[in-house]
Amino acid sequence: MQTLTRDHIVQWLKHLAATLEANKDYLTQLDAAIGDADHGINMDRGFKKVLSQLPTVQDKDIGTILKTVGMALISSVGGAGGPLYGTLFMRAGMAVGSKYELTPEDLVAMWRAAVDGVIQRGRAQLGDKTMVDALLPAVEAMQQALEQGGDIIAVLQAGVAAAEKGRDATIPLVARKGRASYLGERSAGHLDPGATSSHLVLKTLLETVTGES
Amino acid sequence: MKKLINSPETFVKESMEGMVLAHPDLLKAHYDPNFLYRADAPVAGKVAVISGGGSGHEPLHGGFVGKGMLDAACPGEVFTSPTPDQMLEAARTVNSGAGVLFLVKNYSGDVMNFEMAADLARSEGIRVLNILIDDDVAVKDSLYTQGRRGTGTTVLAEKIVGAAAERGYDLKRLADLARRVNINGRSMGMALTSCTVPAKGTPTFDLGESEIEIGIGIHGEPGRERIPWKPADEITEMLALSIIEDPAYTRTVREFDEAKGEWVDVELTDPPFQPGDRVIAMVNGMGGTPIAELYVVYRKLHYIAEAKGLKIVRNLVGNYITSLEMQGVMITLLRVDDEMVELWDDPVHTPGLRWGM
Repeated sequence: MQTLTRDHIVQWLKHLAATLEANKDYLTQLDAAIGDADHGINMDRGFKKVLSQLPTVQDKDIGTILKTVGMALISSVGGAGGPLYGTLFMRAGMAVGSKYELTPEDLVAMWRAAVDGVIQRGRAQLGDKTMVDALLPAVEAMQQALEQGGDIIAVLQAGVAAAEKGRDATIPLVARKGRASYLGERSAGHLDPGATSSHLVLKTLLETVTGES
Repeated sequence: MKKLINSPETFVKESMEGMVLAHPDLLKAHYDPNFLYRADAPVAGKVAVISGGGSGHEPLHGGFVGKGMLDAACPGEVFTSPTPDQMLEAARTVNSGAGVLFLVKNYSGDVMNFEMAADLARSEGIRVLNILIDDDVAVKDSLYTQGRRGTGTTVLAEKIVGAAAERGYDLKRLADLARRVNINGRSMGMALTSCTVPAKGTPTFDLGESEIEIGIGIHGEPGRERIPWKPADEITEMLALSIIEDPAYTRTVREFDEAKGEWVDVELTDPPFQPGDRVIAMVNGMGGTPIAELYVVYRKLHYIAEAKGLKIVRNLVGNYITSLEMQGVMITLLRVDDEMVELWDDPVHTPGLRWGM
């Protein structure tokens, strides 16, 4: 597949919202172990707001849609997830601009901008046990797949696989940012909720383009 | 679990509505985005003091809106940071032109949402400065850049800073005062039980029948250490000595530099307590603990402070910064000077604190 279309993006956002709703309790449980037990609830609330706004922008360009998603999340998720996911989608939207289709290059540039935004906003680094631990390796893997001549699907497959590994790598880590960092050593042995939801964000995009929803 | 709510979805709003109906002389509410603000705002010539955070800590923050304390409070969902649109609209509503001070508890969500809100307000020509409260000594490892949580000192800061704003301090002087209160305050808490977030429906952590959690935060997040129950005097000693014997604490926080027009890192150091220090002591209930038990804690705290050469000049005993129905206590000690004591004694009239008027 050589292009990701605006309609793919809209489908993806609906699939992501449904997935977050289905995983609400699971994400919340993860967050209860090492956080404040609201990540799943917050993300579900945020994406329900996204769904309610989607009809007003689903015929527009991809940049407008993603920026709308960002603003909806910033104003409804709260916690750390709001500013971080909000910034992720806002920067993605800004990078894409008024396109209706994305090439593999556009796709990687979009995720690069999104992840850079998350890192700037939250000031987390690799190994701090946050969503960055899933997202940064994902972007690197997508870049590599692109350089090896990968199409949309190959790029996303590489990204999802790296995000999954990155997510699982958070298990032994001791948290250094966010509420999990207050737990010190007790945060080791648990998946990070932000890394888990980030993996879902990418996985649902892949599922949308391969038709595996 | 049984709660006195109608539904998790309507809890925050209905609580706000109840507060306004109970205190129409003090409060008004704005919905979507949600915040409570003082009924006579904006107050001409006065810097507006705004705070906020997750709901579930009442009276903090909404219960401290009124005269001599907060001009506005932005409540998020239970235990979840409020969003920038709330703080932005609150700033627009209560700013008299003298600018706005955001008092922000140090949690990554609160910090980021209040920073985004400050940037938005600034872009509309409203002067905003953000001061962090990060006083919880339970997190011992200073390598964690996230640092210490904002807990009990927040209550004392809102009173002292609110009084100073009422006296006409300008924005910079107010920010300096808030920073000074923060570096002189230390807290630590413990819990006998967890608490249940309405939307979740089950306790946020499991505590055995005879276990207690030392170093809990205010959002139902588990603490640093789980140990078997001890008598109140031993618990009080653990908390008080952790506070009193806490060494100098240095870290960097992010503040907005108006001259440079950008966020900069500021290094802060909390000096340790010394014999001869005058302090305000707060024995704060986490929401579900009987008041009589808080006084048992205060009794022991009094004797410990005396033994350590600290003079308690003022105190608060009660529920001020809670964690829903959690049973537990948080102790806060704030080293004070003459200025802070005067500001503490200044009149205040809010739902959660009232004296002198």
